Amino acid sequence: MAEVSKEPIISIENLTKIFSSGVFFREYTTAVKDVSFAMYPGTILSLIGESGSGKTTIGRMMLKLLRPTSGSIYFHGKDIAQLRSRAERREYYRRVQGIFQDPFSSFNPLFRVDRVFDMVYDVFMPEVRDREARTREALMRVNLNPDRILSHFPHQLSGGQLQRLLIARALLMDVEILVADELISMLDASTRMGILNLLVDICRDTGMSVLFITHDLALGYYVSDYTMIMHQGRLVEQGATAEVYHNPVHPYTKMLFRSVPDIGRRWDPKEKFIPEQVTMEIDEFYAENRGRGMVSVSPEHLVLMSVE
Amino acid sequence: MAADVILDVQELCAYYRILKGDVKAVDGVTFQVRRGEILGIAGESGCGKSTLAHTLMLRKPPLKHISGKALFLGQDIMAMGAEEFRKLRLSRISIIPQYALDALSPTKKIGEFVTDLVREHGIHPDRSFFAKVEERMRFVNLDPAVLGKYPIELSGGMKQRVIMVISTILNPELVIADEITSALDVSSQRFAATLLVELREKGIIGSAIFITHDLAILYQIADRLLIMYGGHVVETGPVETIVHEPRHPYTQALLSSLPKVGVQIKDERLEGIKGTPPELLEIGPGCRFRERCPYRTKQCEQTPVTENIDPDHSIACWHYQEIGGERVG
Ligand SMILES: Nc1ncnc2c1ncn2[C@@H]1O[C@H](COP(=O)(O)OP(=O)(O)OP(=O)(O)O)[C@@H](O)[C@H]1O
Ligand SMILES: Nc1ncnc2c1ncn2[C@@H]1O[C@H](COP(=O)(O)OP(=O)(O)OP(=O)(O)O)[C@@H](O)[C@H]1O
Ligand SMILES: [Mg+2]
Ligand SMILES: [Mg+2]
Repeated sequence: MAEVSKEPIISIENLTKIFSSGVFFREYTTAVKDVSFAMYPGTILSLIGESGSGKTTIGRMMLKLLRPTSGSIYFHGKDIAQLRSRAERREYYRRVQGIFQDPFSSFNPLFRVDRVFDMVYDVFMPEVRDREARTREALMRVNLNPDRILSHFPHQLSGGQLQRLLIARALLMDVEILVADELISMLDASTRMGILNLLVDICRDTGMSVLFITHDLALGYYVSDYTMIMHQGRLVEQGATAEVYHNPVHPYTKMLFRSVPDIGRRWDPKEKFIPEQVTMEIDEFYAENRGRGMVSVSPEHLVLMSVE
Repeated sequence: MAADVILDVQELCAYYRILKGDVKAVDGVTFQVRRGEILGIAGESGCGKSTLAHTLMLRKPPLKHISGKALFLGQDIMAMGAEEFRKLRLSRISIIPQYALDALSPTKKIGEFVTDLVREHGIHPDRSFFAKVEERMRFVNLDPAVLGKYPIELSGGMKQRVIMVISTILNPELVIADEITSALDVSSQRFAATLLVELREKGIIGSAIFITHDLAILYQIADRLLIMYGGHVVETGPVETIVHEPRHPYTQALLSSLPKVGVQIKDERLEGIKGTPPELLEIGPGCRFRERCPYRTKQCEQTPVTENIDPDHSIACWHYQEIGGERVG
């Protein structure tokens, strides 16, 4: 991995997002609660957690697609809520890019793929001359054949192909922060190793930093320098990847590792496995550790021991 | 047809008929689903897994059935009219499509979604129907109050359980589950995958086709595996055989690129398969893996004949005998 520089590219402080919904009476969902972390150049940070725990919401706030209820996001020290001018915002969008879970929604179904790329140039990089050559190179790097992809419409491509298109688009733009939300969830092992290796190489070469949101613990381990575990809106455990994987402390983290599917070892068919049961264990854990809050169990490993 | 086969797919071809020609995403696919089994289908993104499911269940233009049969308990569902097939859907064969979770309308309560869906299949959702839904919900550890909630109020794992309950509510003999675990966290994946096994054990469903790119999950629940590549079936066999003694070069490469907990890129770089999958538009004959295959010869320009290595293990590769059963990589 690249030398970790002291200055984060992005730092997130006490981020909270509360959604209100409901037609007749308001209901409030705390999707993200008091989340803090920082991303440094050239590193990959994976974010793992229950579905619905708020991972995508964090990503969307980082991309300014959602406004935080409280807390702040600093990009090179500047609060992104303060980016007012169009030029400032455009620069931010060029440097901070996202690839989202459902790749179909990221494309206008009426535009052919070549048009998607043209728009990237028009909006962000009008100065580029050799557009086509660059696009082709980016596509080849993600294992897509430019000759066939460029003339297709999004619905003619599979989910995995669309996700790779989004990576190619990010590659073109020299981004500093890439929020990769379930990026490789649709690819099989043989294709995604290539893409993951590619991401790691780009991080090393360009200093890009990736927030790698994933459900795949083995992949998370393979690529990331740091790991954060999320449960019900909170970061319950975070630290250097090897630390978190080898010495998990929080009951939710422990349960996750028990459920990983592994070839050669089957889940115990006699165990009545119900994911919700962990909530009780967590309550007990918090009760036993009352008042301790976020604790540093080793220099690079933080655990949420209790909540107020 | 052997008595224990419930779905017998023979030389099925289904193409996307687009302006520029045919995208041959399912091209001469042959396999059987046996009574009571879970057949796992795996393969690279874009290899035609969802197309295969759609060909069997919800064909719509430009996807077109070209040739071949799919005998469901002896009846060719490819030859059925829309109306005739509608009677089978949900009640006897049911599909859980890829992206079913995203398809839940955000403004509709779960209960309304259930009502609309079953009405589409000609079922009147009366009180006894909902009583059954509630009973099944409890079986999957969901509070029936979920019916009064909006999709955003549920976690992905819970939504997936709702979808599984509804898709299996009429005790279908065959369920086709397309990537039902890929959007879920590992604990919800475990629950959903195990649930399919439990539904079978309780006799609620007969057999299942479980489509995913995730071999580790298939290893947990499938009885047999079918590996697809570029619209072809390349290898079929019992799970243990495919996982431990794969013979097709693609299957071997796929298995050797699986990450394992305990390997970090800084210690060991795992390689995927070099090259790109083939363009399926107007693709000609030949082994579709040949461009990326270390064993290719001139012969590979002809489509390989599927051969049985043993009664339960079949492979479509001209060179499998020379390659042997060891994993590569
Ligand atoms: N626009 C919205 N309005 C109301 N609630 C929302 C909205 N978007 C998300 N939520 C809720 O916020 C919570 C967190 O959602 P989020 O999508 O961030 O989870 P996630 O961790 O990305 O889950 P997954 O792993 O399933 O993608 C969920 O309970 C979700 O239902
Ligand atoms: N409507 C369409 N028109 C033309 N080609 C299509 C269409 N839909 C899919 N395809 C092509 O058919 C091939 C098979 O797609 P399919 O969705 O079946 O793949 P898949 O194996 O399910 O992939 P994934 O794992 O990404 O879901 C792909 O090459 C895709 O580009
Ligand atoms: Mg998400
Ligand atoms: Mg698919």
